[in-house]
Amino acid sequence: MSIEPVSEDSVLIRFGDQLDEQLTPRILAAQARIASQLGDWIIDQVPAYTTLLVVYDLHKVDFRRVVAGIEPILAGIDEGTSAPRDKGRLIELPVYYHPEVGLDLEAVAERAGLTIEDVIVRHSATTYRVFAMGFAPGFGFMGTVDPSIATPRKSTPRQRVPAGSVGIANQQTAVYPSVSPGGWNIIGRCPTQLFSLERLSLLQAGDRVAFRAISRDEFVDQGGEL
Amino acid sequence: MSGLEVHDTGLRATLQDEGRRHGQHLGLAVGGAADLHAFRWANKLLDNPRTSACLEVLMGGFSAEATGTMSIAVTGAASRLFINDRRQSLWRTHTLHAGDTISLEPPSNGLLNYIAVPGGWQGNELCQSRSMTPREGLPGLTVIEPDQLIEATSSDVAPERHVPQPFLPDYAAPLTLNVIPGYQHTAFSHDARRTLTTRPYTVTQQIDRMGYRLSGAAIKAPDMTLLSEGIALGALQIPTDGQPIVLLNDRQTMGGYPKIGTVAALDCSRLCQRKPDTEVRFRFAELANVQCERVVFEAFFGRTEWADSRTLRWR
Repeated sequence: MSIEPVSEDSVLIRFGDQLDEQLTPRILAAQARIASQLGDWIIDQVPAYTTLLVVYDLHKVDFRRVVAGIEPILAGIDEGTSAPRDKGRLIELPVYYHPEVGLDLEAVAERAGLTIEDVIVRHSATTYRVFAMGFAPGFGFMGTVDPSIATPRKSTPRQRVPAGSVGIANQQTAVYPSVSPGGWNIIGRCPTQLFSLERLSLLQAGDRVAFRAISRDEFVDQGGEL
Repeated sequence: MSGLEVHDTGLRATLQDEGRRHGQHLGLAVGGAADLHAFRWANKLLDNPRTSACLEVLMGGFSAEATGTMSIAVTGAASRLFINDRRQSLWRTHTLHAGDTISLEPPSNGLLNYIAVPGGWQGNELCQSRSMTPREGLPGLTVIEPDQLIEATSSDVAPERHVPQPFLPDYAAPLTLNVIPGYQHTAFSHDARRTLTTRPYTVTQQIDRMGYRLSGAAIKAPDMTLLSEGIALGALQIPTDGQPIVLLNDRQTMGGYPKIGTVAALDCSRLCQRKPDTEVRFRFAELANVQCERVVFEAFFGRTEWADSRTLRWR
């Protein structure tokens, strides 16, 4: 682990260099302890795959004091903090997988040498972990996608990906909470609202997510828009 | 409460304060006033708390009518300010009465104006902030719309005050941006770092609240795959084409391009008043020196008070 200054009011804590699902619980434990123990000094924290960005309030604290506050917290988070794989909230997200809304479903299947049915089964058979939130409000980066259907980002991003679109980029998957530009391969659409001003984000880093295939009728019944 | 009935918003008008707190882990952008200097002065003229929301107007073209008696302060870009068709100065307080009209023409120098009112503007709050982030499309938190009524928090009438002359900025002055080495700094070659600090870069047309794209001598990015990580204000991202991007207030919370360092926050403030085709330069700076400049800047606004209409003294 290392703590590096990256700007005048933030430090980046590195927990490792490689994508490793075991890092997530340690990063989130550090985030929670920093929030509770250093409270008022902290403006924001951004947990990611292997790092935690901590933004502090220069009106209240400087770099040295922040590092002196963070070091003992990190020392208390050793390898033992890793939670077993099945810990974390489990959230089920229904998905209407169909070329009508899965704009790249056929292309993903063709690239993988699979049928569309196979792609759907393989995408919805895995229970994913939310590694990090980012890109847009409520957007969760999830892994790990079955290698057989992992598909690189599109060379030209779409200007407009519809809200609810479920995408794949390499071994990551995610749901676009609102309309936005995006380069992920879209294989279906989810009717669940992922972000609202009242509840904020449905997903949080550390959650587990299972996708369940639903029909066109169920999608519409659950408020999905075609 | 008195307020403004907005007629025209120009290219973009938003409410901005110091930005959101504790929202980035949900993917929410920070937002916040892009030019901290002009923002702090607008609030200082009215003795507002430092977190008070100002109206941030891009490229003038803004006009509105007062619904009652109210004080305002206007700072920022060199835009011609009119109150009831009479030319007025920026960087000072004014008092409006019901029916008075206020308008800002497109600036001759700089890009952003800040309009403050006593106690700040009222608005929807998210994560302890009224900052609007147009790209996120959150209801009530995108932009100020024409015909919208925006109201002040307090009806106090402020005394006449002027920002003292030495504090007035020149947004056409040569600008060298201080860069704190950080992130993937050491993965960049010596040549790449030298290119950044010895060659001029030009502000392109691709500029907004998310970031400033610059163009100039290509900086060779290290050949590495990087997992996305949290992006600080001012992160200096070098994509594969070698053309630097300075990431600003409405940046995405995470990104996976190599970053050669981070531009000081007060230099981000200076940068976002620079128009396309302006030349800027970079230099590497010590973290301690950058923090020092920022702490002194904040202490000045926090620990001074008005002695008279044109003079401040330390408390």
